[in-house]
Amino acid sequence: MDKLLNQVKGKALAEKIADEAGVKLHECYQCGKCSAGCPMAASMDLMPRQIVQCMKLGMMTEVLKSRSIWLCASCHICADRCPHDINLPGLMEGARMEARRRNCIGVPEVEKFTEIFMGDVKAFGRNQEVVMEGLYNVTSGHLMQDMEYVPHMLVHKIVKPTIRVTAESAAVAELIDRAERLEAENANLSAEQRKGS
Amino acid sequence: MTQYSYFPGCSMSSTGLTYKLSIDYVCGKIGLSLHEIPGWNCCGATCAHSKSRLTALALTARNLALAEREGLHLDVAVACASCYSRMKHTVYEARRDETVRRQLEDIIEMPYRAEADVLSFLDIFAQPEVMRACKEKMYRCLKGLRVACYYGCLTARPVEVTEASSTEEPMEMDRIVELTGATAVDWAFKTECCGASHQVDAPKQARPLLDRIYQNAVANGAQAIVTACPLCNLNLDMREAEREAAAGRKWGLPVYQFTQLLALCMGASAKEAGLPKHYYPALGLMEQYLKKEV
Repeated sequence: MDKLLNQVKGKALAEKIADEAGVKLHECYQCGKCSAGCPMAASMDLMPRQIVQCMKLGMMTEVLKSRSIWLCASCHICADRCPHDINLPGLMEGARMEARRRNCIGVPEVEKFTEIFMGDVKAFGRNQEVVMEGLYNVTSGHLMQDMEYVPHMLVHKIVKPTIRVTAESAAVAELIDRAERLEAENANLSAEQRKGS
Repeated sequence: MTQYSYFPGCSMSSTGLTYKLSIDYVCGKIGLSLHEIPGWNCCGATCAHSKSRLTALALTARNLALAEREGLHLDVAVACASCYSRMKHTVYEARRDETVRRQLEDIIEMPYRAEADVLSFLDIFAQPEVMRACKEKMYRCLKGLRVACYYGCLTARPVEVTEASSTEEPMEMDRIVELTGATAVDWAFKTECCGASHQVDAPKQARPLLDRIYQNAVANGAQAIVTACPLCNLNLDMREAEREAAAGRKWGLPVYQFTQLLALCMGASAKEAGLPKHYYPALGLMEQYLKKEV
């Protein structure tokens, strides 16, 4: 990835992500309010403000390889307190999508959870918390995580070993396919427009 | 009393059961009817929009379109803060950009006019006429109890989508809870994040988010935390004992849904309000404070 993303290509990619998030990167003057307020900052390798700065400089390898883009909880405190209303969660999200496309997964558990969650929605139209937690534990290797709470959940009938399916779950699966297809088409279209301009 | 289309969301029949029980109880008492959207699907929560923006919008657009198809012309009540946020996003985008709205109609293969507003239960219960109706049905009170109202992030932000009255210092839940005679304390973490699904997929990094919420609530004299979301509630309630053990100190904060407090004051039994289902003991504090109003 390092070779692919030299500074010129990195800048173009940063601009693309910023465009899609409705952000003008040059508006950030590095005040750091985003990083001061971010509840996940203590665990991030690049501070939120550094994500913006790296993008400004086209240093996309650093951004895409960071754990920060996976640890962002999308709580929007950064954007809310930003004097320039910079949509930082949108940048994080866009960067995460690009990183995923390059198979560069900074925090594999977060990706695993997303995969299982969306698999659930596609299969049943609804999220099955029991199936999701079980699959997550098995596939992430954290076998016993949260298992101590299961007896309480069963005794108090909080979870039941049944699956609730949406009436037209097939329609939901088709909807997801159509949305993903259309999104890919839109992305190609805007890439061509950028090349043209 | 008013009526709404209703999107319960996936967690209301499982981990959000105490919210469901108490919402049903209170709505029954004040005659607020909820029409569950037939055939609803998952809103995609935080996962769908981290993979594909259009999928996230389309999943919720389908629910909103199904509500429109019912022909009841009602606003949509949403229980979970995350579902609420996703649905508000869809309404916002569809109203702002006609191309998006048409694209969504193509994807869901249903007409979607984006007419209905999306409301959280905080939005609904903060309305003066609903507050009045609640007050009329209460014959018990929680005088002397001090609680910290925790709103979470997604009912507040982003403000252009949620249209929240304040992103740092909202007061709606404080006012609703004070109907019970309890005092809502002034504290700093009303709209800080609970970590949401990162409590599962990045637990080591996300657990400190819970700690600082407990700590701030206790520091400001709260005896309990009150929430308005099944996931915020689950995170704070289920993991509190574990965090106490890790911190080597006792927070001693039961975590209630605001509707549980209303239900109890309207006469719900502990069981009807779902108190035995809590992970962190929640019965004792209510037994101590719940009294007939004099």
